[in-house]
Parts: sequence; structure tokens; C-alpha cells
Amino acid sequence: MSLLEVKDLSIHFGGVKAVQNVSFSIDSGIVYSVIGPNGAGKTTLFNLITGVYTPTSGEIRLDGEIIQGKSPDELARRGMARTFQNLQICMNMSAIENVMVGAHLRLDRNLFKAMLRLPALKRRDEALREEAAGLMEFVGLGEYVGARADAMSYGALKRLEIARALAMKPRLIFLDEPAAGLNPKETQEVDHLVRKVADSGITVVLVEHDMKMVMNLSDRILVLDYGRRLAEGTGQEVRANPDVIAAYLGTHA
Amino acid sequence: MNKRIYYGLYGLIVILLVLPFVVPNNFYLDLAVRMAINAIIVIGLNLLIGFAGQISLGHAGFLGIGAYASAVLPMHFGWHPVTAMLTGALASALLAALVAKPIFKLKGHYLAMATLGLGIIINIALRNEAQWTGGPDGMPVMPMALFGFEIGSDRQWYWVVAALLVLTVWGSLNLIDSPFGRALRALHGSEVASQVVGVNVARYKVSIFVLSAFSASIMGSISAHYIGFISPNFADFFHSIELVTMVVIGGMASVYGSIVGAVLLTALPQALATFEGWETVAFGAILMLCMIFMPRGLVPTLAARFSKGDDK
Ligand SMILES: Nc1ncnc2c1ncn2[C@@H]1O[C@H](COP(=O)(O)OP(=O)(O)OP(=O)(O)O)[C@@H](O)[C@H]1O
Ligand SMILES: [Mg+2]
Repeated sequence: MSLLEVKDLSIHFGGVKAVQNVSFSIDSGIVYSVIGPNGAGKTTLFNLITGVYTPTSGEIRLDGEIIQGKSPDELARRGMARTFQNLQICMNMSAIENVMVGAHLRLDRNLFKAMLRLPALKRRDEALREEAAGLMEFVGLGEYVGARADAMSYGALKRLEIARALAMKPRLIFLDEPAAGLNPKETQEVDHLVRKVADSGITVVLVEHDMKMVMNLSDRILVLDYGRRLAEGTGQEVRANPDVIAAYLGTHA
Repeated sequence: MNKRIYYGLYGLIVILLVLPFVVPNNFYLDLAVRMAINAIIVIGLNLLIGFAGQISLGHAGFLGIGAYASAVLPMHFGWHPVTAMLTGALASALLAALVAKPIFKLKGHYLAMATLGLGIIINIALRNEAQWTGGPDGMPVMPMALFGFEIGSDRQWYWVVAALLVLTVWGSLNLIDSPFGRALRALHGSEVASQVVGVNVARYKVSIFVLSAFSASIMGSISAHYIGFISPNFADFFHSIELVTMVVIGGMASVYGSIVGAVLLTALPQALATFEGWETVAFGAILMLCMIFMPRGLVPTLAARFSKGDDK
């Protein structure tokens, strides 16, 4: 059984069929990439799977259990983490707090214990701060441990999102264009980072326009075009697919 | 966040301990009590508005529920004032939970409108139930008694309210820098980001709304006992706006800012007494000027000026 199975998934926004009858499945432990031209429906697909959107029709299963229609926080509980193409950083918080909030579900969130500053809660929070600092180090943000989020560069914030997602200790992580807007050196670093994440045993689902990175990292690739599945397979297979070549050269019917 | 945030609390304790011995007369002691009461209400409101990013334009309604519970229940039903106060606070909390649940499924403006409406409804109810509340004329409030002691003098009230203020500041600072408080601030910063890390956004919004309503209700009761008289004006729209103004002027998402906002705007009517009847206009003008020149409020603006790279 695959970790994630998507069957005939569709969502319509008024007349826009952003995702149409898309099916695929992702095995545990792999790097799975979703590619396609702008507006192909990649982000929408992420939003559907992570519970931000509810599908018009179709089925999503995690560990064989149907999950579509569940809220994002319920899915977070089941080990799903994600980053956003358009940064979703809490600018009203420090950088490290943005990472710490990723550990939300692993903490005691009791209101009254918090107001009383119970020692156990405080100790746990201090340990978490260390852990979050470690994660920032891991994603290459060691120098920003004491920084405010709104004082960080775009490229750093992209990685801060990854650190926040990792703080959830997820089984499955969705990365929506982690290298977008980064220079070649930063892209290279993110490439390595995604590799490290995958090697740590987390299943990675990646949306990325940088083909070198996609080909380099992916075990399998799904190609979307106009909301439809155009091709699916290994990098070799996808690259040799005439439909894919046509779509990327902009000569589709 | 760091330990330095608590330094302000120590400073506050010192000020509160010294104040009653240096104020020239009872007029200022009375002013201090009212400032402290407002500060506690505004801190609760700021948790909702500044930290969680949710507006309430009807908070005086909860003050009214508390105040009238403390006025009506002992007077007409012979309840103990403490029981009456807690009953009022629980009623406020329950009402807040009931209305928040459906409203918070919607976004910003709906909440503003709904809380506005809620405040107005409570106010109308208080005006209309004249056989219990005295209607628009208001009603007297029996004195508060704790363990057989009657709390009567301004000085006694001062110590009660000062202790409550210290506890409120301490509890709020603790809350903000906790998993609960982080979730609250995160949903303000990015609702979708907080959801995908597992924050049940609706539940947090309801919780903080209920907490601030509970706190407002308790302070409504205390105000009623302190003043010894209560009228529906206490629960009206203008009072709600005044409280929001205190939050904005002191500074969104700043506990100490709430105190500063409450202190300034409680003192202001005294200063503006010569403008008889124009206080509301003055409040409006101050709010506008503040929004234009210090959109973040006094304390955060000053804090940013005097320290760099620090969060609060
Ligand atoms: N909430 C929404 N309401 C209406 N239309 C939407 C919504 N979300 C996405 N769409 C539409 O769905 C289509 C797919 O958008 P999506 O963002 O998923 O593309 P994408 O593949 O991620 O593109 P890009 O590479 O530019 O990020 C677009 O036509 C977009 O306008
Ligand atoms: Mg996209």
C-alpha cells in the first residue's frame, strides 16, 4: 500500500478546472516531484492534499484512509507538513518562534498551565528552543537564530518555512517551489537540504521549476498541464514522453 | 522572547507599592484605581485584538453583564457578591463562547459587526429590563465583601485592583510566551500557516475571546462595586470604542502598552474636563492622529526606537 493515494481528484473554481481527474500514488520514503507550466495546478494540488481546499470530487487516501475534506490541522496530526510558494511566515514573531510553532502538536497547549508558567511547561519550551535552533542550523540559518522574521531575506525565509515544517517531525513533507527566486548557489544549497530531509526518512513531495534540481532529486515525477495529468514516471520516462516535450516547448493542441 | 520582558512587571510592582503613599489626595487615588481597572480590561482585550488579531467592538457589553450581575443578584436575590461576580463572569464567558463559535468561522469584518451588535443588544437589554436594572437611570450596587470584610474605602480597593493588575500582567506575559500564546500569535501572522502546523484556529479564537470576556466581566463587577452605582452607559458602544482606543494607542500586541493606553485615556477626560461633552470627539481625534503617526501604538514605537533587533 502506498503512503498517499490520489484518485480522480478534481477541483473547480467557478469555470476554472484547476485540477481535473488527477490520479497518482506516492510510496513511503521517496522524493516525488510535481512539475508543469505556470498555472498547471501544482499548488492547487498541494492545497487539496493538505486540506486547505476541499476537492470537488475524487479521493485522497493516507495510509489507505480517506482524508479529503479533513481540516489542515487534522492532517498535520497525521504527519503532513508543507511549505508555501507565497511565503507564509508570521512576521509578528521572531524567526525561531516561527520554527517553534511548528512543534505545536507536540507540546502541552493548556491555557491555564501557560498562564501560571508551570515549570514543566517552561522546561519543555526551553528544550524546544534548543531544538528549533538546531533545526535552523540544519537548514542553514544558524546565523538567524536570534533574528526577527521581518529582518530576513527572501531566500532565508524560504528555508525558515522548511525548518518550521521539520519541527513538526512529519512523515510527509510538501515543498512548494523551495528554490524559487533563489540564486544558483542558494538553489544548490536547497537541493542538498532536500536531499538531507529525504535521507532522514521523510517522504518528500516537491514542486519545483528548476529542472536540474527536479531530475537530480526525484524518484518519480508527475507532470501536470492545464490541471490534467500529462505523464507520470521516473525522470527518464518523463523526459522521453512526447506529450511532456510538447507541453514544455509550448506546442500542445 | 527573553527574561527582560518581565523587568517591566517588577517596575510596575514598585510603582504600585509606592503610589498610594505619594499621591497628594483621594482624587488621585480614585484615578489610579480606575486606571488599573481599565488596564486589566485593556490587557484582556489586547490579547484578543493585538495578539490574536481579532476585533471586538462590543466588549463593554461583557463589562455590563458583570456589573449588572453584581448589582442585581445581591440586591434583588440576596446573593453573596462574590458568587454574583463569578456567575456574571461565567455568563459572559458562555455568551462569548456561543457567539464566537459561529462568527469566527467568518472573517474580520463580520466579527467586528457581530461584536458591535452583541454589545448593543446587551445594552438594550439592560435599559429595557427596568424592573431589575433601573433602566436608563441605573441602580445602586451593594458593597463587596470578602471573607466577612467589607471592601469600602478607595485605599482598600486600590490594593485589590493593584494585586489583580500584577496578576493579569504576569499571567498575560506568561501566556504570550507559551505554546498557547505562540499559536495565538501565529494565527494572527498567517492563519493558513498556523493551520498546517496543527493549530485549530477556530478553537484558539474562541478561547481567547472567552478569556477576554471573562476578564472584562470580572472587572465590570469590580467597577460596579467600587463606584457603588451602575448605569447602562457603562455597557454602551462608546465605552467599547474607548477600550479599543486604549489598545490602539498603547500599542497592539503589547501588554505594557495596554497599561499605558489605559492610564493615558483614563486621565484624559480629567484633562479635557473643560471641553465638557467633547471628550468623545477628542478620543476620535487622538485615535486618528495615533493611527497616522504611530500606527503601532506608543509603547511598540518607543521600544523600537530605543532598542534594535529585539522582539518586544
Ligand atoms: N482559490 C482559487 N480561486 C480561483 N482560482 C484559483 C484558485 N487557486 C488556484 N486557482 C487557479 O487554478 C489554476 C492553477 O493554479 P496553481 O496556483 O495551482 O498553479 P501552479 O501550477 O501552482 O502554478 P505556478 O507554477 O505559477 O505556481 C490557475 O488558473 C489559478 O488561477
Ligand atoms: Mg504554484
